Amino acid sequence: MSPVPDPLELYRQILRIRRFEETVLDKFPSGVFYGTTHTYLGQEANAVGVLSCARPDDIVVSNHRCHGHFLAYGGEPRALFAELMGRETGVCGGRGGSQHLHWRNFYSNGVQGGTVPLATGMALAEKLRGSGAAAIVFLGDGTLGEGIVYESLNIASLWRAPILFVVENNRIAQTTPSELAVAGAIATRFEAFGISCIELDSSDVLEILPAAGRLLDEIHAEPSPRALVLHTARFGPHSKGDDTRDSIDVERLRRTRDPLVIHGARLPEEQRKAIEAEVVEQITLAFRLALGDPAPDPQSLPGATTP
Amino acid sequence: MTTVLDALNQALHAAFQADETVFLLGEDVLDPYGGAFKVTRGLSTAYPGRVLPAPISEAGITGIAAGMALRGLRPVVEIMFGDFITLIADQLVNHIAKFRWMYNDQVRVPLVIRTPMGGRRGYGPTHSQTLEKIYLGVPGLRVLAPSSIGDPGGLLSRAILEDDNPVLFIENKLLYLLPVQHPAGMEEFEATESKAELLGEGDSYAPTFTLALGGAPPAAITLVAYGYMAELARQAALRLAYEFEIFTELVIPTQLAPFEIEAVLASTRRSGRLLTIEEGTFSLGWGAEILARSVEALGSGLRAARRVAALEVPVPASGILELQALPSVEHIVQTAKKMV
Repeated sequence: MSPVPDPLELYRQILRIRRFEETVLDKFPSGVFYGTTHTYLGQEANAVGVLSCARPDDIVVSNHRCHGHFLAYGGEPRALFAELMGRETGVCGGRGGSQHLHWRNFYSNGVQGGTVPLATGMALAEKLRGSGAAAIVFLGDGTLGEGIVYESLNIASLWRAPILFVVENNRIAQTTPSELAVAGAIATRFEAFGISCIELDSSDVLEILPAAGRLLDEIHAEPSPRALVLHTARFGPHSKGDDTRDSIDVERLRRTRDPLVIHGARLPEEQRKAIEAEVVEQITLAFRLALGDPAPDPQSLPGATTP
Repeated sequence: MTTVLDALNQALHAAFQADETVFLLGEDVLDPYGGAFKVTRGLSTAYPGRVLPAPISEAGITGIAAGMALRGLRPVVEIMFGDFITLIADQLVNHIAKFRWMYNDQVRVPLVIRTPMGGRRGYGPTHSQTLEKIYLGVPGLRVLAPSSIGDPGGLLSRAILEDDNPVLFIENKLLYLLPVQHPAGMEEFEATESKAELLGEGDSYAPTFTLALGGAPPAAITLVAYGYMAELARQAALRLAYEFEIFTELVIPTQLAPFEIEAVLASTRRSGRLLTIEEGTFSLGWGAEILARSVEALGSGLRAARRVAALEVPVPASGILELQALPSVEHIVQTAKKMV
């Protein structure tokens, strides 16, 4: 049931996230965006690999670092830029901002942990309604500190929720390395609840995709939870300019763990360059169009008065 | 005689019957136990598979129910004791109450969280509190509280079946065994019913009742109370009238948030004096908000204003201490006497 991946399309998707996030960090100092952001640089193969296996009706629940998941789900770069700019045309009309997105069956929230029961409940609802859809929830290593995650794993297993838990372990929660925050092992946390788990230490989309595909096939075949633990690398800061890691270590990650380089090496140069030109143009255009989009009307807020 | 417990139980059965998307999640809700206070009794027998017996995971259950609500079901959550609503705070405040607005009106969250609240049963500091004031004023969250006066079952039924927004439904434990009194049928009182018109959402389905003593002279004080305090205020209103010739009107809201003050103002314009009664602690609470809004609206038209509330200590387990800590008919009578 897993899709046969089109290597060019996978490269296009990884690159689209990369250019989007680079544009965000590049343009933030100019003041065009408002508030905060958490970029997905370095982790792109996770979203692309997992969501390439999602079926059209499957539900995706994401977290504060959600841009990559949103774009891999099929979300429009222009609408996401507009949301980050607080425009009326944004994914949520500028109400949610970077961390709070909803479009079709995609939902994200910026509070850690609380999305996990939410996704579990969504999965159960689909099962109870007999829709055949599953839920996929992305969480990070930092979120493993939240107790509600384990309440959710317990109930997801007891009630056989059709859900895939995807842990993206980038080994750092904001500025706290996982050695200071995550005791023991991650995979066994799922296995303790009777949830079988695949663990990968890879930035290669062609390794991540089949693992996710296998787990989602199992979930769809017989509703029950599964987990995918992806050890990954965050190239950028937690938010903007707040990376406390040694720059030598980050450079090493960029050299050895870049999903764009790993997968790009498989493609003929001519086709790769054509995709690069196409994506650069697409993201540049999306940014420019969003810049021209209208702001929401402050008077639309209930109780608003003219100052 | 129908008790409030009967009415709520019947409303749940009727909701399950009427709409197959209604589910219930809670702890110890399976028959024969049927919930710690028996509000869910019979449901798991009549509707197997739609009553989901949960582990002791209030936050998890609430989050799961929210996910179910976002995906087209109408779940009801029972939190066994109101004291435990602290455990669901993140779910309520940062998720459930926000989704509809934060996602730009693209989703609905038809979710009811019911919980028994309040003291006078000797359960001590962590099983006797009145904590709903923590959740009053959270944008996007409706807080309802039936009393024995009115139609508690109808209120729950409409919250489950008709409300597409999240509701926190507060059931004072002492209401459960009281008979439901229809306002129109009360012997000593003449009742009027109003429904608040709320900013941005039209009329609320939750009524406010205003009770005036039948055939009495104009009221000198407006009493405002909800939940079980409405019953204490009703008793106090009779004592004030018969023993002290102090005549009152009693305003009983069933929707605590978002709050519409108009019924309180209408009565207070007649009486000139306002006394709020709540079982929560005194400071920074529900009564304070009502007094503040009344002062803003009435100015010097408000001649006296007072609050009766719980003492600012944890609710004691000892019966004699608990009685002293929580508002009583006597507290209400004595406070009212000082106002005229």
